[in-house]
Amino acid sequence: MSTAKRPPLPVILLANDLLDGEVVFWTGTHWSPEPKDARIAHDDASATALEGAAAKALSANVVVDAYLVDITTDANGHGVPNHYREKIKTEGPSVRRDLGKQAGLYNIVRSGT
Amino acid sequence: MYRYDEFDARLVRERVAQFRDQVARRLDGSLSEDEFKPLRLKNGVYLQLHAYMLRIAVPYGTLSSRQLRQLALIGEKYDRGYGHFTTRTNMQFNWPRLRDVPEILDLLADVEMHCIQTSGNCIRNVTADHFAGIAADEIEDPRPTAELIRQWSSLHPEFDYLPRKFKIAVTGAEHDRAVVRAHDIGLRILRNAKGEIGYEVMVGGGLGRTPMIAKTIRSFLPKADLLAYLEAVLRVYNLEGRRDNKYKARVKIMVHEIGAEEFARRVEAEFARLDGPAIAADPEEVARIAAYFASPAYETLPARASGFEAAKAENRAFATWASVNLFTHKVPGYAAAVISLKGIGDAPGDITSAQMRVVADLAETYSLDELRITHAQNIVLPYVKKDDLFVVSQTLVEVGLATANAGLITDIIACPGLDYCSLATARSIPIAQALAHRFADEKRQLEIGELNIKISGCINACGHHHVGHIGILGLEKSGQESYQITLGGDATETAAIGEILGPGVPADDVPDAIERIVSVYLAQRTSGETFIEAVRRLGLAPFKAAFLEKTHAPA
Ligand code: SF4
Repeated sequence: MSTAKRPPLPVILLANDLLDGEVVFWTGTHWSPEPKDARIAHDDASATALEGAAAKALSANVVVDAYLVDITTDANGHGVPNHYREKIKTEGPSVRRDLGKQAGLYNIVRSGT
Repeated sequence: MYRYDEFDARLVRERVAQFRDQVARRLDGSLSEDEFKPLRLKNGVYLQLHAYMLRIAVPYGTLSSRQLRQLALIGEKYDRGYGHFTTRTNMQFNWPRLRDVPEILDLLADVEMHCIQTSGNCIRNVTADHFAGIAADEIEDPRPTAELIRQWSSLHPEFDYLPRKFKIAVTGAEHDRAVVRAHDIGLRILRNAKGEIGYEVMVGGGLGRTPMIAKTIRSFLPKADLLAYLEAVLRVYNLEGRRDNKYKARVKIMVHEIGAEEFARRVEAEFARLDGPAIAADPEEVARIAAYFASPAYETLPARASGFEAAKAENRAFATWASVNLFTHKVPGYAAAVISLKGIGDAPGDITSAQMRVVADLAETYSLDELRITHAQNIVLPYVKKDDLFVVSQTLVEVGLATANAGLITDIIACPGLDYCSLATARSIPIAQALAHRFADEKRQLEIGELNIKISGCINACGHHHVGHIGILGLEKSGQESYQITLGGDATETAAIGEILGPGVPADDVPDAIERIVSVYLAQRTSGETFIEAVRRLGLAPFKAAFLEKTHAPA
């Protein structure tokens, strides 16, 4: 977990799967490659819980580069990152719409626990 | 080209086994990420935005057909069917899984390739003039020197933990096509008054956050002294270079802080202390390396190839491609053909596995089984008989690789930027694509003539934007991508860092901004004057005025 200051709420927790590199989202119980599965923390207590999940997964060697990302919820209640960087990270390369999550292509063999 | 001997082969295999073990230890938790990261980086494995990335060394940009086919296979089997050539002439795969990397490294070792020292604070892949061995203005082929440095610097125990990364480039020609003055060490092979061959040694160049042009610290270094002298430079830097601040750790900062003269003095003092003959490579080994780069058995051909001339007369598209993408070969009847990886709308430097196979076949049949990767992210077939060029170009047309734009405004260098790179502050590829579309018209490109646009997605400058005639740097401004434009950079022997034209512009405004700059050139150039020549003559002012002229019409 980076020591950077917590982004503004609401936030989600994302990371890369250690073994496969896939961008994964913390659902509250496990890591999912699907952005829509991300657990959204609307208050400080839930954000702290996400930070706890990140620390645990990092030390258990399940994921790397875990951090909180500030989002806005869309019409379906899913979190969409506010920053363009995290948006691209969540979707896949903007110049290759045929690749990455946006194309339903996942790079993951087993999902994290 | 160079072939591994038993020592090279063993070293690479041992390294694969070592990395396989390191990955296993990372997965079972014996290695933490902090411990593992420097190890994976030393083997070319990065973690990028969407996935891991594997960077494969292509020493001095030279590849055989067999090696390119193996890259095609790796791309297909372990990646998404394509790879990306970088400005360091390396190949990057964007989607490998960490679990597969040891197998990929084994496949690379099968064809005498590896990822060693493609990252980390060590001596990186040595680059050289991509027209090495074929340029008429060449004093000596730079590749035996580059290969010698590769061998000397590979896993060199003293220089494995430098303050920062270290890049070396070599040119053997008058005209610098290897951007040597933008390297930590640039070497230029030259002849002294006595007719002996040696090196001009330049130190402290580099792009990135603090761009600098390298300074000459030795105007003539006898050939045999090369390794001892490099050792002296590296030792001075290794001992005295800054380790307290990552941004001040490159040798360029040290050269700048103490001055080139003082730096040279310390290097010479160290050089005098060293046991030169003990460090110098065994002449037999030097000869063994050089033999691999001996001139191939050229056929005696007429300078004027009748088949080639006839094909040009009959086929306009071929004639255009031939006038733009061919480089004059020192041997009559031959040409070096540039395969542009800059098709209009393509991601610069990207190539699919299918295309790699076609190019490998062409190299095998028509170019003595050899190809070159250029720092401008293109491929060169170095030894094509002129009479074979038409067939070669027709095959390239079929796979979308016959774009006639080498050196023109749409032959844009662009780093992967934020579409892939985790360090990026903005995207690069979409800017390159938009510019390529804007200037796609072939006639207009030819009318504009030689113009290098170079784009980086962050201050690290992998896209060489500082030395682009027009440089574009992607930054973040108030949560939006913003592009800073520089003018007057030069990557050749007249190396220069471009100057900023004004405030950054949003992505959508970049094509218009470039258009305004180009218009100034077209309006004010004298007969035969290239873009960069006009910029030098006119100075920044007229371009700046045009750049800033943008009308801020209310929406
Ligand atoms: S210049 Fe920046 S964005 Fe581009 S590849 Fe280098 S580090 Fe990444």
